Amino acid sequence: MSSSAVLLQLLNGLAGASSLFLVAAGLSLIFGVSRIVNFAHGSLYMLGMYAAVWLAGRIGFWAAVPLAALAVGALGACIEMLLLRRIYRAPELLQLLATFALVLLVRDFALWAWGPEDLLGPRAPGFAGAVEIAGHAFPQYDLLLIVVGPLVLAALHLILTRTRWGVLVRAATQDREMAGALGVNQRWLFTGVFTLGAALAGLGGALAIPREPASLAVDLALISDAFVVVVVGGLGSITGAFVAALLIAVIKAFCIGLGYSKLTLVVEFVVMAVVLVLRPWGLLGRPQAEVRGTWTDAPLARLSRRGATAVGILVIVLAALPAVPDQYLLVLLTDMLVFALFAASLHLLMGPGGMASFGHAAYFGLGAYAAALLFLLLHWPMPASLLAGSLAAAAGAAVFGWFCVRLSGVYLAMLTLAFAQIAWSIVFQWDAVTGGSNGLVGIWPQQWLSSRAAYYYLSLSVCGIVIVALWRIAHSPFGYALRGSRDSPLRAEAIGIDVRAMQWSGFIIAGLAAGLAGGLFAFSKGSISPETLSVQRSVDGLVMVLLGGVHTLTGPVWGAAGFTWLQDFMARSVEYWRAALGAAILVLVFARWRFSA
Amino acid sequence: MNRKILILLSLLLISSSAASQVIKIGELNSYKVFPAFLEPYRKGMELARDEINASGGVLGRKLELIVRDDGGTPGDAVRVAEELLAREKVDVLMGTFASNVGLAVSNLAAQRKVVFLASEPLTDKLVWENGNRYTFRLRPSTYMQVAMLIPEAVKLKKKRWAIVYPNYEYGQSAAASFKKLLSQAQPGVEFVAEQAPALGKIDAGAVVQALGDARPDAIFSALFAADLQKFVREGNTRGLFRGTAVFNLLAGEPEYLDTLKDETPDGWWVTGYPWSEINTPEHRKFREAYQKRWNDYPRQGSVVGYTAVQAVAAAIRKAGSSETERLVQALKGLDMQTPFGMVVWRPIDHQSTMGAYVGQLARKDGRGVMVNWRYADGAKFQPADEEIRKLRKE
Repeated sequence: MSSSAVLLQLLNGLAGASSLFLVAAGLSLIFGVSRIVNFAHGSLYMLGMYAAVWLAGRIGFWAAVPLAALAVGALGACIEMLLLRRIYRAPELLQLLATFALVLLVRDFALWAWGPEDLLGPRAPGFAGAVEIAGHAFPQYDLLLIVVGPLVLAALHLILTRTRWGVLVRAATQDREMAGALGVNQRWLFTGVFTLGAALAGLGGALAIPREPASLAVDLALISDAFVVVVVGGLGSITGAFVAALLIAVIKAFCIGLGYSKLTLVVEFVVMAVVLVLRPWGLLGRPQAEVRGTWTDAPLARLSRRGATAVGILVIVLAALPAVPDQYLLVLLTDMLVFALFAASLHLLMGPGGMASFGHAAYFGLGAYAAALLFLLLHWPMPASLLAGSLAAAAGAAVFGWFCVRLSGVYLAMLTLAFAQIAWSIVFQWDAVTGGSNGLVGIWPQQWLSSRAAYYYLSLSVCGIVIVALWRIAHSPFGYALRGSRDSPLRAEAIGIDVRAMQWSGFIIAGLAAGLAGGLFAFSKGSISPETLSVQRSVDGLVMVLLGGVHTLTGPVWGAAGFTWLQDFMARSVEYWRAALGAAILVLVFARWRFSA
Repeated sequence: MNRKILILLSLLLISSSAASQVIKIGELNSYKVFPAFLEPYRKGMELARDEINASGGVLGRKLELIVRDDGGTPGDAVRVAEELLAREKVDVLMGTFASNVGLAVSNLAAQRKVVFLASEPLTDKLVWENGNRYTFRLRPSTYMQVAMLIPEAVKLKKKRWAIVYPNYEYGQSAAASFKKLLSQAQPGVEFVAEQAPALGKIDAGAVVQALGDARPDAIFSALFAADLQKFVREGNTRGLFRGTAVFNLLAGEPEYLDTLKDETPDGWWVTGYPWSEINTPEHRKFREAYQKRWNDYPRQGSVVGYTAVQAVAAAIRKAGSSETERLVQALKGLDMQTPFGMVVWRPIDHQSTMGAYVGQLARKDGRGVMVNWRYADGAKFQPADEEIRKLRKE
């Protein structure tokens, strides 16, 4: 690259960093105070874009930008007051489920309101052209963006350090019970922060419209980037978010400038993995203060006699089902069983282990791909491929887990996500072996297993046995040690439990089971593609576990079955089925946590 | 807990599989993931179905479309296809958009021995490397559409080419085919830069900058949708397209072109669908019927959906039955009238010869249009039969 090219790519990076920062700052603020992992932040950004494009056609671009930000802020306030406020005291991560439901609702709302076509916004009046920098044309608007980022940072800094409200926000970020004890009205504080965060997301979206069209895929494309920035910078640190946004945007611009554009698929996750391994709390973050007294885990109950009888009866009913004429039932139940095993394996980590994994699909996918490759390339028989596949997944979990158990909380979750994304991008890119984005086909079981009923019996027996084994593990000495490590690492160590070794073993066992589920999935579909280890699959797993209840033994299995069935049913019967699914999840969230606030 | 399970089971058991005298097409597609293409597609399908049924159906039987959302992932799509087969007992599977979903359903069709008419997925593998007896594809493949642009690219005699494409199978194989075909037709051509941003996440400023730094004489792009819009706007602002010839697959399709409005770049060579200007009798008939039925103009998706349903009907008529093996035989070599003219389903690889329109972009009244266009017949843009036989391993 010539020196002028370096300069220009640096400027490109800076412009990109500004838009990234606006979104990440809001997300970071919200998390800092309320501890909510707001999945819907990308959706708020998307709404900001649509609102701005729509308004710009009526009142002009410059009036549309602040108005769109205000509108999204107002919507944020409504979401906080009507929805989130009621579930702050629910077990952690149930709020995550609620925001996930919002993502589904908002996307279908945007489709309904603005139609399916991408909307390219107007250029910004006064900043429509280019200026000449080092012999290259550079958009005036990008120069403006370069200035906006630091301006917003400065404004936020002033608000947080110089206003009373800002002091309260910082106090709550550091120790929200103490702030509450000193008489700070947390309700309004939370509402205020959520409103500000939402408004920032809306502003980010509105400012993006001269550069990119409003489209329905923006929400999810953006949210993972924003999470990465927040985590790399350090949760709750606005300056950290700014530094991280700069770092990632500039690295991306130079990947492109140097001709390694394919790396942009994964580079932010590599950065995040490296940062988290070296600095467990992000660049400028501080160790998370313990949240006291919101909720304590009751010990996981054993399966009661009645519960065990019910499960026994269920198994007998399931075993008799192939007699039913509707063969599709068997296909659907096979999916449910596979996902039940997947959810149960994730539950071992999240429940007794206390480690939320945002990247559990990595092991599912590794198991699926390893089994498929052994089957297709080395012509191993199916059982051997399945077994080897789940061992491969366990090996992957051993590598990823080794790093992850050194962290905790959301940082741990984000590191699992980073590893999963890295694994995904390797599968996605490695055309010669994994078939790239198209994946692999022709993964069918032997003749005697190929009928729907036969494969259903196979899944029923394998998943049934492994799920029961996972349940038993929860109440084995190992399970107790895992739980002890979760509830009080210090005391666990004092009585001689090697906390990290326990957690690491938890990862490996969960990986083994998830890999088996992945292998069964591959042979039931006959084909696999990178979506088996995508973020979406990980999120689905989380949703299943949370729907069923993290702190129940059998809940995740029902959660998986219910979610799979709901999705299948809604997609068939409702036009806006994602919104319907989102609404159903919200209802379930509230049913689980009856208006407690 | 028990009651919950009972409710679940009883809901599961509600099934509907009354056999009847209708012909059922099981259509599955990612309606909510790619709505811009698939809403017009659905309208096209319904138009075709209504036309067929109004003229007495097929073999005296009514045609029924059973439409399902496949969720956009191969895993869900296979389950949805199973539902169509096992519960709805459809005669034919049809649809899919993304290539990985198309391949997964095609793979299932071969396993369950049922005809799958892949209407939209573009991947070459669907009819070549992973082609199978039961899968037929309507749209011109990635290879065909690239090949349609090659004659114009060669005419320009540009030496230094830059390439930009979304980083997944469609983009990769478009780029590979373009390089191969252009090098063959114009020895000595140089490829000076290659950018492969992630699908839907192009960092347009940096990409435009990097392409410009390579000082190409011409650019080949396989970008579409939001990526294309970002690329065009940045390229316009930064003057990338001044004095540079640009070739862009698919950019002339109304789904993508119409969003560009006054940003539409002048003179780009594209494949697409100039719906308002095609005045052959068969297209005029289609356009008028579509506009009358939907009060909207047809998009590329409309033509694909319409033609796919017509193709199934034509195949069943020719077979005299909706039985799978006879349908396979009927589809091989089936010729039929479409809005784009006569089309043949090639026996060798089950690819239809439906073509695309090649032309240049221009702005007219603040809208993008195609000018200097001509129809590129899909039959003329195929590799040698020998090569295909090798790929299909049959």
